[in-house]
Amino acid sequence: MADQIKNKTGFLATLQENPSTDEFIKGLWRDNPVFVQVLGMCPVLAVTNSAVNALAMGGATFFVLMASSLLVSMVRKWVPKAVRISTFIVIIATFVTVADMLLAAWVPDVHKELGAFISLIVVNCLILGRQEAFASRNPIKPALMDAAGMGLGFTFALFLLGASREVLGNGTFFGIDLFGPQFEPWVVMILPPGGFLMLGMILLFFNWMQAKKQARRAAAEGVA
Amino acid sequence: MLRAMVGIGILCALMIVLTFQGTLPIIKEKKAEALEKAIFKVLPGIEKTEIFQLGESNNFAPVNGEGEEGRVVYAGYDENGRFVGVAVEASGQGYADILRILYGYDPEKQAVVGFYVLESKETPGLGDKIEKDAGFLSNFEALDVTLKEDQSGLRNAVVPVKSGTKEQPWEVDCITGATISSRAIGNIIGASTERWVPLLHKNKGTFAKQEGEN
Repeated sequence: MADQIKNKTGFLATLQENPSTDEFIKGLWRDNPVFVQVLGMCPVLAVTNSAVNALAMGGATFFVLMASSLLVSMVRKWVPKAVRISTFIVIIATFVTVADMLLAAWVPDVHKELGAFISLIVVNCLILGRQEAFASRNPIKPALMDAAGMGLGFTFALFLLGASREVLGNGTFFGIDLFGPQFEPWVVMILPPGGFLMLGMILLFFNWMQAKKQARRAAAEGVA
Repeated sequence: MLRAMVGIGILCALMIVLTFQGTLPIIKEKKAEALEKAIFKVLPGIEKTEIFQLGESNNFAPVNGEGEEGRVVYAGYDENGRFVGVAVEASGQGYADILRILYGYDPEKQAVVGFYVLESKETPGLGDKIEKDAGFLSNFEALDVTLKEDQSGLRNAVVPVKSGTKEQPWEVDCITGATISSRAIGNIIGASTERWVPLLHKNKGTFAKQEGEN
């Protein structure tokens, strides 16, 4: 048991030796924007009533985060401190507009379903937060790794929430009927309160896992 | 400072313009497809549609292709080729942005028989109830737009009324919690029917004749 843990930490340690991989992993898991930092709750709760919507929202956020981080990191030396926030917002708003038009062209049904939430990516604090805290202080490569990790972590969280809510609340997965006509869907799960319930349960699970891990680590240290 | 900000501004503007130009034809095409689907929703029981354009002398003539925006209507025919009604596009200011809607007019019943939101950016959970609220949508199953005796205008204009106070068949019962959006829909339909219904009713022969020729 103790060996296993040592191996695992050993694997994590090698990952952490490579700084850009670490930037990637931290957003995906350790500092997951939804489950750990609890950021961007508005889209997380509002559009995760189906797996497709969750993926589209996650994809759009991922794109905006990647593109803005790239640009912010590229221009970080020329942007004066005094106007940095407004510059970030202009850049983010640009990519949100681009994402909005692309979604309208490629998947008009999803675009209609997501409605105003696409434009609201502009004010997602996750994106502005990454620009201010990371991309504006780091070179392009780590900035992109950070954005990719955070973006995928956000998408993963949205998808987990969207898929579980769709299965429970509608009895379908990506629109495919899972349980047949006998299934009585738990309708509240696809309604707004269901978002809170499901998010609460997932956060509970993550915290429980975290606590268990810490307890195990403490036990292992005690043995050693 | 100025150079950095102007530079970023120009770069961002360029990106938006390029994407806009690139996606415009695709968006247009998809919108036309969505419109086609919506026509079938607002005119129950139709099998085929035909585009008509309003001419200078208030006559309608069939057009090929798109026609001029704001002057076209869509006639619907059932499986036997019988003329059912006309779908009309209308738009107006909503709470967040311009609302684009489509409604179906049945000249026989002299009523609006269907309604569909083509484009809306109304507040999710509040204003967007205009698309989903069953009670609100039932307003448009048979909304009275009967003409005056001399056919010069509507006998009663369509008006939005406060939620739960609808008494007449030409009133639109609004939604509590989506007052501005639902009121906007009532007003848009009111203004649009005022203009279109007399014209459509006068020309219903044109629409009906069209299917005979096909």
